[in-house]
Amino acid sequence: MNAADLVIPLIAALIVLTGLIKKVNVFDEFIEGAKENLQTSVSLLPSLIALVTAIGLFKASGLPEVIAAAMSPLTNALGFPSECIPLALIRPISGSGALAVFDGILRDCHPDSYAGRVASVLMGSTETTFYTIAVYFAAVKAKDTRHTLPSALAGDITGFIVSAISVRLLFGIC
Amino acid sequence: MMNKIFSIIIVISIAYGIYSGNFSQLSDSLLNDPSSAVELVIFLTGSMCLWGGLMRIAEKAGITCYMAMLFRPAAKLLFKGLDLNGKAFRYICMNVTANILGLGNAATPLGIEAMKELEKVHISEGGDPLRASDNMVTFTVLNTASLTIIPSTCAAIRAKYGSASPMEIFPAVIITALSALTAALLASQILKRFSKQTGDDK
Repeated sequence: MNAADLVIPLIAALIVLTGLIKKVNVFDEFIEGAKENLQTSVSLLPSLIALVTAIGLFKASGLPEVIAAAMSPLTNALGFPSECIPLALIRPISGSGALAVFDGILRDCHPDSYAGRVASVLMGSTETTFYTIAVYFAAVKAKDTRHTLPSALAGDITGFIVSAISVRLLFGIC
Repeated sequence: MMNKIFSIIIVISIAYGIYSGNFSQLSDSLLNDPSSAVELVIFLTGSMCLWGGLMRIAEKAGITCYMAMLFRPAAKLLFKGLDLNGKAFRYICMNVTANILGLGNAATPLGIEAMKELEKVHISEGGDPLRASDNMVTFTVLNTASLTIIPSTCAAIRAKYGSASPMEIFPAVIITALSALTAALLASQILKRFSKQTGDDK
């Protein structure tokens, strides 16, 4: 029993109730929305096959241990779990790549372990920075994005650090 | 960019795996990982469709309009000198509310429209069309931060691997997302002084 587990049922009930009050065709609209996301999830499959395999190879090669060891002075200082380094590295670059890495971390470490929780918080609280900048600036003539990238990366780095701190504060290291 | 990253990961991993003698693991990974990707997508499809359906009801019930009203005061602070009755501002509000509801598919086209409108404002004010305006930067930075309030995909994968409470991370996600957002927006407010919109530092 955890109060946070109330969030999802309450939001679902609130949405359906508001829909009923506003006389929305709740069921028909649900089906339409579900259909849209079904197409998204199917279109996700080819890139996920490529990325899950690439990341599986990366893990099988033994390289993550080498990288984690090399970065350990920095990550130990921040209290950032070494299992989450690949996620932090790919998160700003590729959404499906991050999903593949995240799935792998939760498979190897339990979702309720320290690394599993930090990975979950990181996954839920950050976005694909480079992709967003590329898509938004492709729509306009401006080629000089000025301080966009440094500002966005300042946010990402803050997210990495705070994800570890907030998990430690709320759950402790276990 | 993904072409390079994908090739580099594959080539380096296979090269290092062979060098360190982990080739049976490499072989296992190539044989099994493609199907675990399919399992992941099948698993996620259910949760994605459920939230797509619920959020569509929310949109039709006008919850988006209420949220846009809540966002107005914050937007006034962030986008200096922007006409609050203009098209650009309307698109910005719609994009932000779509992001908050986790409607990524709806948010991106609205965001692109907002960028085009911000560009028109920038050019009509005599700005250099090849340099982004302060408001264009602020808007893009806002979109590189996560505004989604329900981490549904993340919670679904936690449930898949047997978490006792998939949503227990919710408070930590909100704290982290808000800190990252604040840091990114603060950085953009500070850094804009060092890279002038008018292009006089070229």
